[in-house]
Amino acid sequence: MNLRRDVFQAIADPTRRAILLLVATQAMTAGAIATNFNTARPTVSKHLQILTECELLEQKQNGREMYYQTNAQKMKEIADFIEPFRKMWDDRFDKLEDIMKNYKSTK
Amino acid sequence: MEQKTKIDAEKGKQEITITREFELPVDLLFKAYVEPEIVAQWMGTKVLRLESKKYGSYTFETSDPKGNVVFVASGVIHDFVPGVKITRTFEMENTPFAAQLEFLTFEKLSEDSSRLTMHVIYKSVALRDQILALPFAYGINMAHNRLQDILGNTKISNHDKAD
Repeated sequence: MNLRRDVFQAIADPTRRAILLLVATQAMTAGAIATNFNTARPTVSKHLQILTECELLEQKQNGREMYYQTNAQKMKEIADFIEPFRKMWDDRFDKLEDIMKNYKSTK
Repeated sequence: MEQKTKIDAEKGKQEITITREFELPVDLLFKAYVEPEIVAQWMGTKVLRLESKKYGSYTFETSDPKGNVVFVASGVIHDFVPGVKITRTFEMENTPFAAQLEFLTFEKLSEDSSRLTMHVIYKSVALRDQILALPFAYGINMAHNRLQDILGNTKISNHDKAD
């Protein structure tokens, strides 16, 4: 139960969501992730630690470098993991509807 | 609040169904999928090519505000019946995500309303879940703007400590 709450705390933070977003398509090192933020490097490290502790991120050693990648399995455990996906389509369709309503009225 | 867009994603299946009802005549809804400049507007992407016909193909390209290409998505149109259906593939190039098969069905509900059903089939259950769990991965063209927003906000609040 505790762990579950931690997952939600983890994704409630905008910086941590941005980190998950960054590594969504490719594994990245902590240094590469940090270059995307103005936040101090130790702060980014702390965020990475939190995300790793609640298993949303996993670490993978590649030579001397440690890479971070998302743990899809864990993401699934988030009850409403599908909501952002639904929201993305909802936003697109809202826009489509607006555009075509204007299209209709200008015709 | 009522959810206009519904997603049906049964556990352990490699498919999903997206359903949405529009306050638009079905021909206008269909047009939004056919005209390149309209597709570009609501998908938030550059439409490099869109041959809306049977055996046609398409290429979308999304760039960041600096003009760097974020990703290119492409596919082929397997079936095309105006106002009724589009069957096509969709693949994001140079990503680990395999192509998916999309069945788009357009239905007339009344003179001024219509329904779109998008039945998407993925290569595996794991791939489907990965894409669902990470909407940014699937819809990076839209999510990209959101990423910019989030990163922008992050920069404003850069004195915040990680809690």
